[in-house]
Amino acid sequence: MSKTTLKIQDITMQFGGITAIDNLSFEVKEGQIYGLIGPNGAGKTTIFNIITGNYQPTKGDIIFQDKTITGTKPNLVVQKGIARTFQNIRLFKSMSVLDNILIGFHNRSHYSYLEAIFRLPRYFTQEKKIKAEAMAILDEFSLTEFVNHKATDLSYGNQRKVEIARAIATKPSLLLLDEPAAGMNPSETEDLSTIIHKIKKDFNLSILLIEHDMKFVNNMCDLVTVLDYGEKIFDGKPADAIVDEKVITAYLGDFTHA
Amino acid sequence: MDFSTFLQQLVNGISLGSMYALIAIGYTMVYGTLRLINFAHGDIMMVGAFFVYLASSMGLPFPLAVLAGITGSVLVGIMTDKIAYKPLREAPKISLLITAIGISFFLENLFNVLFGGVPKAFPAPEYLTTSFKLGEVILPLMVIVIPIVTVLILGGVLWVLYKTKYGMAIRALAFDIPTVKLMGVNADYIISIVFGLGSALAAVGGIFYAISYPSIDPLMGIIVGLKAFAAAVLGGIGSVTGAVLGGFILGFTEIFVVAMFPDLGGYKDAFAFFFLIFVLLLRPTGIMGEDLDRGRF
Repeated sequence: MSKTTLKIQDITMQFGGITAIDNLSFEVKEGQIYGLIGPNGAGKTTIFNIITGNYQPTKGDIIFQDKTITGTKPNLVVQKGIARTFQNIRLFKSMSVLDNILIGFHNRSHYSYLEAIFRLPRYFTQEKKIKAEAMAILDEFSLTEFVNHKATDLSYGNQRKVEIARAIATKPSLLLLDEPAAGMNPSETEDLSTIIHKIKKDFNLSILLIEHDMKFVNNMCDLVTVLDYGEKIFDGKPADAIVDEKVITAYLGDFTHA
Repeated sequence: MDFSTFLQQLVNGISLGSMYALIAIGYTMVYGTLRLINFAHGDIMMVGAFFVYLASSMGLPFPLAVLAGITGSVLVGIMTDKIAYKPLREAPKISLLITAIGISFFLENLFNVLFGGVPKAFPAPEYLTTSFKLGEVILPLMVIVIPIVTVLILGGVLWVLYKTKYGMAIRALAFDIPTVKLMGVNADYIISIVFGLGSALAAVGGIFYAISYPSIDPLMGIIVGLKAFAAAVLGGIGSVTGAVLGGFILGFTEIFVVAMFPDLGGYKDAFAFFFLIFVLLLRPTGIMGEDLDRGRF
């Protein structure tokens, strides 16, 4: 089996007296699409916030490419190669689509403010290089025609795509997607699955995603972990998750009444 | 008012407006990124003028003293952020605002203790204080220099904001600081750049002010700072071009009120704020201001 990209090791997260995550462990291997599912409030987004350094876990470690990154500041986590998107879109609204992508290149355009002020050659070559790269990413998402549109003017589905493109711009090896298909209609969801598979291949990514749409998860994920009230209740193939009794009671329980 | 007086007042207005504009840019940029009205900003302008005074009393030639003055205010500006504002990033905005007022008092009194409250003659070199005559109009050289420098600086600021990765990050910070961090941007570093840039412009404004009204004292930043703030609000706080526009409008209004109604000269400050209230009644977001959700720069 291939190398481990991300290892969640005995993570516990408490907010005051509430245990949001209870002793959770799982591993994402290189090149995998890994699903994290569970009912609302199960602690999925909390895990993302711990990985990206927004929260410091009460106990346990996050190991990324064999190095412990627990408690690393968000901007440094990104520089190590982890990028994320959000459950509710958080684009820089009235900036252009291109500018939104270019922000992701901040650490990859190598010029100092002195070189920028005096407009030395490196400023121009670097700006030109990242602009070309940004255009290539937008092309990958078929967003080229919207380059100069304000982010807010795009359709919901396209805004989701811009958010993923912006994450790709930071050149991650691990991409965290927080409910990428939320609020999309079936054809947009299908389009999204195609794109995710494509970028995974083209940019050599491992992907960890949170999702509610079981059909989407079944379609996308190699493995899933199911959380309920911060505890892991299932680990394995998505097809098996759907028939697992514990998962059905916790998460798909409604189906018996439907 | 005859034509030559009109011209005379026009250039005076441009020159005063430029000074307000330079200081207003700092207010508007800090507000754009941190949602903080940095009331200590007017005092940074005073700090700049005093550093020039200090450097040239130590024997530095004027151009070097100006450089020292700008560097000094940049450092003071960045330090106020690091020491006073940074620990309050997650705190309610009102705590930040009160802290800013505190910093303002602190700087005024610090310089009062260090240099005394008696106004000091500003060591402007003679080649900058000359005037020349154009037809009927007498033009002090500074009246020409100030607007030119202001326009160049404005161009520079806009270029940084729209054409460099630093500006990109500054504009993005206005929307969502945590997300900017998740793009791998060191947000605190960018915020320091904002304070540094704003303070440098305030220092330039302060130096211009000190050359034009050739005395300085530790409280000189208060009323000029307040008017620059009014200019920023008038132009739509958060917008750099708005701040410059607001600065010019305020400068013109002030000069022309005094020119047209010399009896009311004593009310010129009151008139500036009256004008501000009037504009805000008609357009609460200022001239270039957009609603809070939209872009800032």
